[in-house]
Amino acid sequence: MYSKTVMDHFKKPRNVGVIDNADGIGEVGNPLCGDMMTIYLKIDDERIEDIKFQTFGCGAAIAVSSMLTEMAKGKSLDEARKISNKDVAKALEGLPKNKLHCSNLGADALHMAIKDYEDRKEGKVKPKPEEKEELTVGHGGETCYCPYCDAEIPEGEKICKICELPVEEHH
Amino acid sequence: MKIINLDHISANPLLPEVQEAMIEAIKKNYGNPSSQHKIGDQAAEVLDKARESVAKLINCAVPNEVVFTSGGTESVNLAIKGVAFGNASKGKHIVTSNIEHNAVLRSLRRLKMMDYHVTSVPVDEYGRVNPDAVAKAIQDDTILVSIMHSNNEIGTIEPIKEIAQITKEKKVIFHTDAVDSVGLVPIDVQDMGIDLLSFASNTFYGPTGVGGLYIRRGTKIWPLLDGGVQENNKRAGAENLIGIIGMGVAADLAQRDMDSRISQVKKLRERLLKELPNYIEEYYINGHPEHSLPNLVSVSIKYIEGESVVLMLDEENIAVSTRSACAAGALQASHVLLSIGRDFADAQGTMVVTFGVDNTEEDVTRFLTVLKDAVKTLRDISPLYKKAAEA
Repeated sequence: MYSKTVMDHFKKPRNVGVIDNADGIGEVGNPLCGDMMTIYLKIDDERIEDIKFQTFGCGAAIAVSSMLTEMAKGKSLDEARKISNKDVAKALEGLPKNKLHCSNLGADALHMAIKDYEDRKEGKVKPKPEEKEELTVGHGGETCYCPYCDAEIPEGEKICKICELPVEEHH
Repeated sequence: MKIINLDHISANPLLPEVQEAMIEAIKKNYGNPSSQHKIGDQAAEVLDKARESVAKLINCAVPNEVVFTSGGTESVNLAIKGVAFGNASKGKHIVTSNIEHNAVLRSLRRLKMMDYHVTSVPVDEYGRVNPDAVAKAIQDDTILVSIMHSNNEIGTIEPIKEIAQITKEKKVIFHTDAVDSVGLVPIDVQDMGIDLLSFASNTFYGPTGVGGLYIRRGTKIWPLLDGGVQENNKRAGAENLIGIIGMGVAADLAQRDMDSRISQVKKLRERLLKELPNYIEEYYINGHPEHSLPNLVSVSIKYIEGESVVLMLDEENIAVSTRSACAAGALQASHVLLSIGRDFADAQGTMVVTFGVDNTEEDVTRFLTVLKDAVKTLRDISPLYKKAAEA
């Protein structure tokens, strides 16, 4: 079901772990939606010097985290900000349609970690956990499919119009 | 390298005797059992023989109480929708439990779109239905009670005989989804007082795509498939004879070997449960300690996700299944695990091991060794594990 690249990153995930005294931390998802991802950044001269992740989730979620960290490592913050969920999925040679939500978490976590770094730099207080949750809802304009019948589901819809079954918000 | 199958609830290998019978049948029995000539007679004869074997396995009063179907899902659909449609003039209320298989849940969901209403009774922390709750849920317009015999995710066996006693008193039709029980544990439809019982051939090492519905004589039920008068006028269409022949042989063997099979898988199950604490920490065993399928172990491992475990074990040629939301493709936590009180995260880390006749003690040891490494690797990656350690 998964591509060779996905399986490779799942079996040998790159950049697993925690950075002590990280300059930016991004945390998305919750066990309720199946996945949870934390990204740690070490920033030097507005460039990602080091990046590590921890993920609770399925094979796709782990592979996405691993690939994302590979893509972001060494990049300037401006470059890293441009990494999209689609880019990560593409680098992994695609993901099964019903797993695309996993790739959505990846870039979200990275962007959140960058924002955290910038907020800290400007001396802003960390956002409350409730506010962070909001960022995980929706699917960032990516096309979503019903996990049951594969029909396309417009953003915001909670029931598949074709097979009339309810779908999760994080589809 | 040999693949160790610890996922017998998903698929069982066909026994050699079953394979041989089916290969023979492919060569000889192409006939239509409904035809009025020798080719048809030959087919009708083997069909009858298979029906007798299956009827004996569940102790039907007469073989004609067995209707052959395309498998467990069709049997369940026929039982629920067939009773609902056939008895709509009497009422439109159905009683079920919170932990039924999707075949039941979605059949009922469909009926709700057609103005039927459903009462779902809860289960206790072991997944057991309280028969008193079923009694209380029955109303004047209740036409059907459907409670599963054993649960496919946690293995709990329900108090079917007690529930059947209640439905008999209240004159309500009783269906039990016994897809994961028939052929694996003793089932006696007469002793248990069941009206309708769904089952599938692959549970007892017969081919997939074949199953049956036991329909007690005199039970009012409409067919789902209309056409000819095959299968006692309950299921139109020429029978899947090759598959049914395989199922008949599998039923004979299941009856002959049931005791030895049960003691074999039970031993493996007990060994797994006993040794698990030596390999991993922080987990829950799901299901009832006594009233359980003899071959199933459901374990919720904290801080990790089930599909990852399945993939890691698969890399080591060990097959297990999971009920994590990610693996289900539906992204919804298992309704069964939530019903017995597991939280979302723990439900995510749930793995189901089901033993079969091809498993050995060495398989258990190998599984535990590989599992230990997989759990360690995944916990090292997991932010939940880190958080728990910090707390």
